[in-house]
Amino acid sequence: MKIQLKYFASVREALGRSDESVDVPEGIATVGDVRAWLRVRGGVWAETLAEGRALRMACNHVMTDAGTRITDGCEVAFFPPVTGG
Amino acid sequence: MTVRVQTEDFDLTTEVAALRAQNPKVGAVACFVGTVRDINEGEAVETMELEHYPGMTEKSLEAIIAAARERWPGTEVLIVHRVGKLMPLDQIVLVATTSKHRANAFASCEFVMDYLKTQAPFWKKEKTETGERWVDARVTDDEALARWGLESMNSKKN
Repeated sequence: MKIQLKYFASVREALGRSDESVDVPEGIATVGDVRAWLRVRGGVWAETLAEGRALRMACNHVMTDAGTRITDGCEVAFFPPVTGG
Repeated sequence: MTVRVQTEDFDLTTEVAALRAQNPKVGAVACFVGTVRDINEGEAVETMELEHYPGMTEKSLEAIIAAARERWPGTEVLIVHRVGKLMPLDQIVLVATTSKHRANAFASCEFVMDYLKTQAPFWKKEKTETGERWVDARVTDDEALARWGLESMNSKKN
């Protein structure tokens, strides 16, 4: 399944990229699975996307939690807590 | 329902005039303008850079307005949020609400700001004399939203 990934603010800076297109392996079914799968890259990926950090996630432009299922072609984003206003 | 994300400044008078134009049912207008402070966390702020998530930002602001209009029917809401580089004294955000009477205008304006602070994908980065830093989310902002019976997990570790 192909999905789009986006990273913002401090997460984008730590990972050194703002977006990418990835082909996720079978068994990666939720936003939380994607987060765990990206951690396997190690280094800044393991650190920035580690559990127990304040990390917000969105799927198709809607704020979501780890349990949300991904679909083919969806856009998943990882970013720090928001600080607008 | 109007939502704008822009680098340019905004003029309160012009925006409010447009919001209530040709609508004689409006008896109250409430406005909130957020501005850049020159001190945050005890350090002098030289500039502030605002990043956002194009597409999601507009969608989330529209959802916030829809939630406000459901709670206070008949309310009109305008949100203008700036992005890019800002200086102390600059305007950051405008929320204006109109209603028949003041109570709904005040309440919906505060609700929209509380909601926006924890749910709209904007991020502030400050430049101080010691370098650049991303502004931390505040637990008090999650608590502000809780007053409206809504749970926010924005600053929570997960």
